[in-house]
Amino acid sequence: MRDVAVIGVGMNKWGELWDMSIRDIFTEAALKAIDDSGVDHIDAMYIGCMSSGLFVGQEHLGSLMADYLGQGNIPASRVESACCSGGLAFRSAYMDVASGMNDIVLAGGVEKMTDVGGDGATYALATAADGEYEVYNGATFPGLYALMARAHMERYGTTRKQLAEVAVKNHDNGSKNPLAQFPFKTTVDGVINAVMVADPLTLMDCSPITDGAAAVILCPADMIGKYKNHPAVKIIGSGHATDSIALHSRDDFTSLKATEIAGKKALQMAGKKLSDINLCEVHDCFTIAEIVVTESLGFFEPGQGGPAAEAGDTRIDGKIPINTSGGLKSKGHPVGATGIAQIYEVVSQLRGESGERQIKNAKVGMAQNMGGSGGSTLVHILEVI
Amino acid sequence: MFPSRYWREIPHRYRLEAGKCTGCGFVAFPRRLVCPQCGQREFETFKLKGEGELLTYTVIHVGPSAFVDDTPYALGIVKMDDGVNITAQISDIGLDNIEVGGRYKIEFRKIQSDGHSGIHAYGYKFIPIR
Repeated sequence: MRDVAVIGVGMNKWGELWDMSIRDIFTEAALKAIDDSGVDHIDAMYIGCMSSGLFVGQEHLGSLMADYLGQGNIPASRVESACCSGGLAFRSAYMDVASGMNDIVLAGGVEKMTDVGGDGATYALATAADGEYEVYNGATFPGLYALMARAHMERYGTTRKQLAEVAVKNHDNGSKNPLAQFPFKTTVDGVINAVMVADPLTLMDCSPITDGAAAVILCPADMIGKYKNHPAVKIIGSGHATDSIALHSRDDFTSLKATEIAGKKALQMAGKKLSDINLCEVHDCFTIAEIVVTESLGFFEPGQGGPAAEAGDTRIDGKIPINTSGGLKSKGHPVGATGIAQIYEVVSQLRGESGERQIKNAKVGMAQNMGGSGGSTLVHILEVI
Repeated sequence: MFPSRYWREIPHRYRLEAGKCTGCGFVAFPRRLVCPQCGQREFETFKLKGEGELLTYTVIHVGPSAFVDDTPYALGIVKMDDGVNITAQISDIGLDNIEVGGRYKIEFRKIQSDGHSGIHAYGYKFIPIR
C-alpha cells in the first residue's frame, strides 16, 4: 500500500440552504477542496450521501456530481453507510489511492435535508435503524439514543447535567466556527429546559437537520512535493467496523462495539497510542453519543465520559479536546457530509489554520464517524508531516 | 404500507414465532437463515413465551406521523426470558411509573394505521405484569 496524504479541504457554510440544490451544495465544497489543493484535475471521486433518494428524490450521485464538477467521465461512486457515509467515502478514496489505482482522488460528502418537512426527515433518517423491528414499533433516532442514555444513567450514574455539558461545550466551540449552522452559545439550564424530544433527551441534546457538504483531496504521499499550499497531512490509520443494526440485538447498550473495534484497528495501523492523539472529532449526533464514544474509543474508562465532560477534560484547553469544530451539535449534521467535515476539521487543526479554536501543537488527530445507533463506524487518524 | 411487506412479518408480529438454531440453541427473532453464533443454517420454529425484564426505556414526545396521536408514548427494550431482546412500546402503565427492571409481558395490539384508508397494522406491545 502507498502512503496517502490529504492535500486539500473544502467546506461551505452549513445551514438551511434554501437557494441551493444538492448539486450546487456539493460542487461548491468540492471546488473549494480542489482550489485549496492546487490540483488541476481529479482522477476519481467518492461521494458519501445517506439518502438523497428520500431527501430530494435523486439517486445516481456519482454521475450527477462528476458532471457538475466538470470532471468529465471519471469514475465516481456514491457510497452509503447511513450517518457515516462521509467517513466511508474517505476510506474508499484512501484505499483507491493507497492501492495505486488512482492518484488524485476526491472524497466528499453531501446531504440536502430541508427539501422535506420534519416528518419526511424523520422518516428518511429512521431508515438507518431496523425498519421492521425498531421503527415499525415507534422508535425514532432520538428515542434509540435516549434508550442508551437511560441505560448509561442507570448503570454508571451519568447525570442529566453531564449530558448537557456536552452540548454547552460543543456550542462554545461552534461559536468559534464561521461555517457552523448554530454558532450560538448555550447553558446547562438552556439544554435541560429545552423542549423534550425523547426523555431524557431534549431538543438541545440533538444534532439538527442541515444542508451542507464537505470535500477533501487525497494523493500519494510521494506526490505532495507538487502541492505545497499547506503543511502536508498524512493518513496514518483507518479502521472500519460494523455491529447489529438493531440496538436491542447488542449485549450492552452503554458502549459501542463497532467504535471500539474501529478505534483499535486505526490506532494499531497508525502505530500510535491514545495518548498520542491531540484532538478528536467524534459523532455527537446526540449528547449521550459523545459520552459513550469517548469511552468506547478509550479516552475515558466506562462510566467516566460524563464526569470528564463535566470537569472540562474535553474542552479546547482540556486533556483531550473533543469536537473543536462544534461537533454535529453546533456545526450541523448533514448526515452524508459529517464524516468528511470531521476530516476537514482535523486537517485544519493539524495545519494550524483553525483560527480562534486552534489547538496548540496539534500533530496527530482522530475522527470517529458513526452510522445509525452505532451499527457502523469509521475511525481515521491523521498526522502532520 | 404495501400489504406483502406487512403480511410476511405476521408470524413474528402476531404469533411471536422465532427461530431456534438446532446447533447451538441461539434464538433468532426475527428468524435468520444462518446462526450468528455457530454458523449452522438449520432452525426450528420456536414460539416465544413473551415475558421478560425491562432493560431500558424512553418516553417519546416528538414522534413520526404514524404515531403522532400516541405521543407521548413509552418505548423500551425487554430482555425476554427466552433469551432475545425486543423493542416495543410500553402500554397500560403511567409514564411516570415505568422502571428499569420491571417485569413485562407481550400483548397483541394495534401499532399504527396506514393513513385514513390504508390497512391497520398490528403487532406487540409490552404490558406490565402485576
